[in-house]
Amino acid sequence: MKDKTDTDMSSAEKQPLRSGAKCVIDGLVKAGCEVLFGYPGGAVLDIFNCLYEAPFNFVLSRHEQGAVHMADGYARATGKPGCCLVTSGPGATNTVTGLATACMDGVPLVCITGQVALDMIGNDAFQEADVVGITRPVTKHNFLVRSADDLPGIIAKAFYIATTGKPGPVVIDIPKNVQKQMTAALTPETVIMRSYRPDVPINEAEIAQFAELINNASRPLLYVGGGAVSGNAAEAIAQLAHKANIPVTTTLMALGIFPETDPLSLHMLGMHGSVAANYAVDHCDLLIAAGARFDDRVTGKISAFANRATIVHIDIDRSSISKSVRSDLGMHGYVKPVLEAVLPLVKPAEHTEWLERVNRWKDRFPFTYPKNDDALMPQFVIEQIDAISAGEAVVVADVGQNQMWAAQFFRYTRPRNFITSGGLGTMGFGLPAAIGAQFGRRGEPVICVTGDGGAQMNFQELVVAVEHQIPVVVVILNNGFLGMVRQWQELFYNRRYSGVVLSQKGRAPNEQVAETSGYLPDFIKMAEAHGACARRVFKEEEVGPALREALASGKTWVIECIVAPEANVFPMIPPGAHVAEIINRTV
Amino acid sequence: MKHIINCLVENQPGVLARIVGLISGRGYNIETLNVGPTEDPTVSKMTIVVPGDSHVIEQVTHQLSKQIDVIEVVNMTNRRHLDRELILVRVATASHHARAEIVDLAALFRGHVVSVQEDSVTIQMVGNQETVADFLCLMKPYSIVDISRTGVIAVGREAPGASAAKG
Repeated sequence: MKDKTDTDMSSAEKQPLRSGAKCVIDGLVKAGCEVLFGYPGGAVLDIFNCLYEAPFNFVLSRHEQGAVHMADGYARATGKPGCCLVTSGPGATNTVTGLATACMDGVPLVCITGQVALDMIGNDAFQEADVVGITRPVTKHNFLVRSADDLPGIIAKAFYIATTGKPGPVVIDIPKNVQKQMTAALTPETVIMRSYRPDVPINEAEIAQFAELINNASRPLLYVGGGAVSGNAAEAIAQLAHKANIPVTTTLMALGIFPETDPLSLHMLGMHGSVAANYAVDHCDLLIAAGARFDDRVTGKISAFANRATIVHIDIDRSSISKSVRSDLGMHGYVKPVLEAVLPLVKPAEHTEWLERVNRWKDRFPFTYPKNDDALMPQFVIEQIDAISAGEAVVVADVGQNQMWAAQFFRYTRPRNFITSGGLGTMGFGLPAAIGAQFGRRGEPVICVTGDGGAQMNFQELVVAVEHQIPVVVVILNNGFLGMVRQWQELFYNRRYSGVVLSQKGRAPNEQVAETSGYLPDFIKMAEAHGACARRVFKEEEVGPALREALASGKTWVIECIVAPEANVFPMIPPGAHVAEIINRTV
Repeated sequence: MKHIINCLVENQPGVLARIVGLISGRGYNIETLNVGPTEDPTVSKMTIVVPGDSHVIEQVTHQLSKQIDVIEVVNMTNRRHLDRELILVRVATASHHARAEIVDLAALFRGHVVSVQEDSVTIQMVGNQETVADFLCLMKPYSIVDISRTGVIAVGREAPGASAAKG
């Protein structure tokens, strides 16, 4: 602490002193924080003490991973930065998966972690961990605060870094003594950093070249990714697509940025994307990648990806351009201003022949699935969610088959209405993220689609939904398997089901357990024990009524759908393969 | 091909770990790494020698630029520059004859004898990457006992302001 001499006292009257902890709360308020997710502990007691009077809501998760996913879901659903607060050591290490999830998908988060006092750092103190070291590769940036005088500036910088450029998570590690330390430092009004300048000026020469490529193309295709969502480019994309009649395919992260009900929409591309989208990539002569990063789940065999096309890549992350697929024109910048700049130079075009071809693929290869008289098909459940919510639900999918079906069988028409862990593929993301999304989108239907595997990761967070009267509807597609891994074992490992059987029968020789009667776990009892309403459904005709009742109730619901155990996600382009090797067993 | 990358970074704790972690985490190699202060006490300069083809080096450059604490990244290999490395090499001297030869060779490379022992001689030598490699090649037959290298440092030969800003 600073010595309080007479002069200091007199200046303190002009600049009232605040504790580091108070600086944290004030910084969050200034950044517009509406809700803070977190979990307390010894190293953040001072911040929690100040939090008592904070003008925003605090939501206590039941595990720190849940807190980060909630903040993440909130951020994805609203476009505003998510905020979370956890303690040192295990509190901080529990955030790592959540941070990595947000980092891969470019989600703006500010995560405040407590740390042991500065003079204890490096001494293996109680609940000490090298948090800046551990989180460095899974954050956009992180800070260890050494003095309360730096704290207001660091908090402002953290929000600035998290929300600009390619957004991402920022960790602020605050030692306990810094939280107690008094400071006269003020929260800055603006942030200017010489080493971080996210705004990129429009390059007119590139724009002209881009326009020429569009005007000369006979088979153009827009391939839109998550960067267009975070850059709020939906309108610019629609304008370009309609002006020049360019079909649009999106990545998993950008579903809904272009209405999938639009005739120009080809839906998702990639491993489980539509046949039409993947054929279009293969046949187009101009591929416009807007805020997408040529992920291996999109490209398959890199050397054969979009081989007939000139590739234009617009991305705010310069390192993403030509990282995996070499682009012919790389444009470093935000998607929206780049598209807005090129629009006036783009000549209206019909592309009749190309669109006819694309539409033939669409008609011939829609998303579909085999009907099964004996078992409920998971794809049907997703179609019902779409129908009953009139396409308006915010769907938060977990990871695996449930995620792909949620992507394929719901027609998304607005950005930020499909939320999922795309890059990292984090099981257990769905439920807490859905809760966070609902905190940001009160009054809108939020439906979490998950599997029986993912539902058992972070189920504890259901309590948070119930106690805050968050009417999330959790739809568990229970097939008794870790379905996506099982599907790969079925297709590529000769049906040797190793480590994927969640029920107690039919397991590999070294996984045998005694068979049990009933369901283990019993999700209905679990849901009810957490205070939620719950129903188990087996038949098609039960799905709609259950969804309608749940959505109308205004309560937290769990609907467990016992679905066909070995349903697969098709179409599927095997990993590292070309679109010609597509597997599409849908009858 | 080896590339010399100069990196101006904020002089803050943890920046070195950030840069090294980035390069190793993404599977690139570092051949040498040198860190030192600049005329501005808030800025440090790192000189990193990375082997790789142009695609790898482009990625390394962009990934480095993306780091929040990195102010500027310049691939010195692509521009007029001077690079130097200082080495201290202790070479075994089996005979007076060998010692004389080593001292002669060192002199040809403008190296200095900085220490002489009964069975070895220590040479200090400064040169660019090629000269250092050539000299070490000539020392090899004499059995190198120990070697310490500073790593390459490099400075541009263009007028100030001609360097590429962070982008």
